[in-house]
Amino acid sequence: MFGNLTDKFNDVFRKISGRGKISEANIREAMDEVKTALLEADVHYEVVESFCESVQAKSLGSDVLDSLKPGQQLIKIVHDELVWLMGGKEEFAEDVSAVDGMPSLAAPTTGGIMFVDPGPTLVMMCGLQGAGKTTTCGKLAAVLKKQGKKVMLAAADLQRPAAVHQLEVLVGQVNEEIESGPEVLFYSELDKVAEYGKAVGAAVTVCRHAASEAKKTQCDVLILDTAGRLHVNDDLMGELRQIEKAVGPHQIMLVVDAMTGQDAVNSAKAFNEQLELDGVILTKFDSDTRGGAALSVRQVTGKPIKYLGVGEHLDALETFHPERITSRILGMGDVVSLVEKAQEQVSVEEAQALQEKMAAGKMTMDDFLSQLRTMRKMGSMKSLLGMLPGIGNQISKMDLDEREIDRTEAIIHSMTRDERKDVDLLDNSRRRRISRGSGTEPTDVAQLVKGFGMVSQMGKQMSGMGMLSKMRAMSNMGQMDMSSLAGGHPPQLGSEGRPSTRSGFKKKFKQRKRRK
Amino acid sequence: MGLFKAAFDKLKQGLDRTRSTFVGEIRSILSGKPLSKELLSQLEARMIQSDFGVKTSRELIKDIEASWERDEIHTGDDAMDYLKELLNAYWPAENRTLNFAKTGPTIILVAGINGAGKTTSIAKIAKSLRDDNKQVMLAACDTFRAAAVQQLEIWSERIGVDVIKGQQGGDPASVAYDACEAAEARGIDVLLIDTAGRLHTQKHLMDQLAKIKRVIQKKFPDAPHEVILVLDATTGQNAVTQAAIFAQSIDVSGIFLAKLDGTARGGIVVAIREELGIPVKFIGVGETPDDVEPFEPNTFVEAMFAQ
Repeated sequence: MFGNLTDKFNDVFRKISGRGKISEANIREAMDEVKTALLEADVHYEVVESFCESVQAKSLGSDVLDSLKPGQQLIKIVHDELVWLMGGKEEFAEDVSAVDGMPSLAAPTTGGIMFVDPGPTLVMMCGLQGAGKTTTCGKLAAVLKKQGKKVMLAAADLQRPAAVHQLEVLVGQVNEEIESGPEVLFYSELDKVAEYGKAVGAAVTVCRHAASEAKKTQCDVLILDTAGRLHVNDDLMGELRQIEKAVGPHQIMLVVDAMTGQDAVNSAKAFNEQLELDGVILTKFDSDTRGGAALSVRQVTGKPIKYLGVGEHLDALETFHPERITSRILGMGDVVSLVEKAQEQVSVEEAQALQEKMAAGKMTMDDFLSQLRTMRKMGSMKSLLGMLPGIGNQISKMDLDEREIDRTEAIIHSMTRDERKDVDLLDNSRRRRISRGSGTEPTDVAQLVKGFGMVSQMGKQMSGMGMLSKMRAMSNMGQMDMSSLAGGHPPQLGSEGRPSTRSGFKKKFKQRKRRK
Repeated sequence: MGLFKAAFDKLKQGLDRTRSTFVGEIRSILSGKPLSKELLSQLEARMIQSDFGVKTSRELIKDIEASWERDEIHTGDDAMDYLKELLNAYWPAENRTLNFAKTGPTIILVAGINGAGKTTSIAKIAKSLRDDNKQVMLAACDTFRAAAVQQLEIWSERIGVDVIKGQQGGDPASVAYDACEAAEARGIDVLLIDTAGRLHTQKHLMDQLAKIKRVIQKKFPDAPHEVILVLDATTGQNAVTQAAIFAQSIDVSGIFLAKLDGTARGGIVVAIREELGIPVKFIGVGETPDDVEPFEPNTFVEAMFAQ
């Protein structure tokens, strides 16, 4: 995500950071480039204008010009303005002392759904056609189910062929894939389905019935999936207003495609004028969107972005944090989200057990395999690497094939139990057998073993560190390890003088130790 | 070919919003005023807001400015006429009709990102081909998204054409192959292949698409005769990136620009032309299967600037 915008920002900042002293003209020039970059990223014209004006005023007015590191100062101003643009600072205490333990993540966030008591909390989803409402309904239900809420999904999209069926299938998937939490219920009235424009109003009845059904079955949350509609279609917008009037949803969410162009603002405005929106969900955020909608919508509607859709699978819904996204845009990584994802997948005990094994240098291929699987559950390699500071902006140039991990799994599966426990057993003949068994080349097997060796070595060294410093150490370790873990083909990275060698890693490690 | 009748009025109707905002504001910006730097920068802002793209907008403005400096145009109204001329000049004579197979069934592969409007667009193409007395068949190769197959099935019932479908979670390429065989066996004229929506950033999914194409070619070496990319007209400059990456993997031969009735803009059409040179063959201007038009640049520009 944000690939291009991040690159452009980095260009601008690099130019200006190189200078010991900057003049007013330098800042104006830099802001011109920032303006172009934002416009090319589909940020709304007026939002860009006011953003650039504000940054410029702040940099000229403040002590940027006189400061020792004017480039850094400017980056900070841009950072703060971007955060503000997307919804302001969260009350998130970045406690430096907590860095080496698990950071305190329970801090309140801008994301999420507010619940009413007594339930059910009525959530209405609306948006243009193809924005991703139905898929998002499924993802949201999955999130809520995990939280232990009893959820009902109601199919109020009576127009798009098979939309009702799609939602029903999604409900089935949620119940199948997520074990914890009460079963998600599904409500539909198939006889009300009709062609486009022929069932206007019928959705109101369906929603009303769904609401009373949800009450009867004591659901905590009822999610209404409405049909996609154009913000200029008066009949259909009227239908939404009728639903609002009839059932009084507690939360109205606008689902917006993150790749929408300048028109994003118009449709968001129109929906917001017709309905009292509570929040926005941005979808398809795993594309190479340059983030125009993310940066504009909040500003124009004044409504917070609550969630981001980041993939096709049910668990690909992230809570939106303005600061973290800003960091990602500016190529500073997002370690906090990464740690959160890890925490979702690994229990403290599991992590501890593994850590002890690693510290003792006793990690086996089986442990490695389960690590790999855990990592995959956290998301795609690309999305994970993108959260590491310093790597984010290089990811776009990387050609990471997720199937490499499949191959790695296949190789490990082709090993005997003894081999998994002790990779030193592997001689040429065993390697050949494994490569045949897994459909790979003997060199791939060798490469994996080498990579594994590095990881267990790293494990020993890092055993004294906390989670965050590990992440940092990893990012300093460089990318070669990641690729050799994935079974070969090191990706070509344009690493620009970053310490990517083991010695760099060691140095950093020592520094951290000293600081403690 | 006479496949579609270019209905100027309908296009105008579909573009009504485009027209009223784009031209309405352009008119009020330019009309009855002498040209000035200020006026041109207002025009540029308006064009960027219409998704023309920063580069294209600035180039067009530069052209207008140059003409102004050459003393060829003097007023805002002159500039408007000149802009129309410039826009028209973007499109060379190119073939925007569907390419049909010389013998055997014509295979049309349809792709696009999630939610672009592939299935609806296929229904529209299928309906107009059927209205043109062609034997049409659909292949539901979106085996990934929940109920995608049913969605296409419902469309096939509504417009009265056959559909070949696969299992949810099955291999889309094998469905495509089966459909090719069925098309030949049943003597079908045109086979439209619907594929799952995929983000162009997902390399493995793009590879899967390339595989579908290869498998089709196993059956018919000269197929697919058309590779249509469906783009959502409300998408911003990302549409250009999408088209470029899809073109790399499956050699797109034409673009179906969907949801053009929803956008206040339409400038993206120009950006695509400028950056990629892939012809826009159809535009979708509404929700019913009849709401499709062949893309005619002159008509399009006329409609944008019509009174």
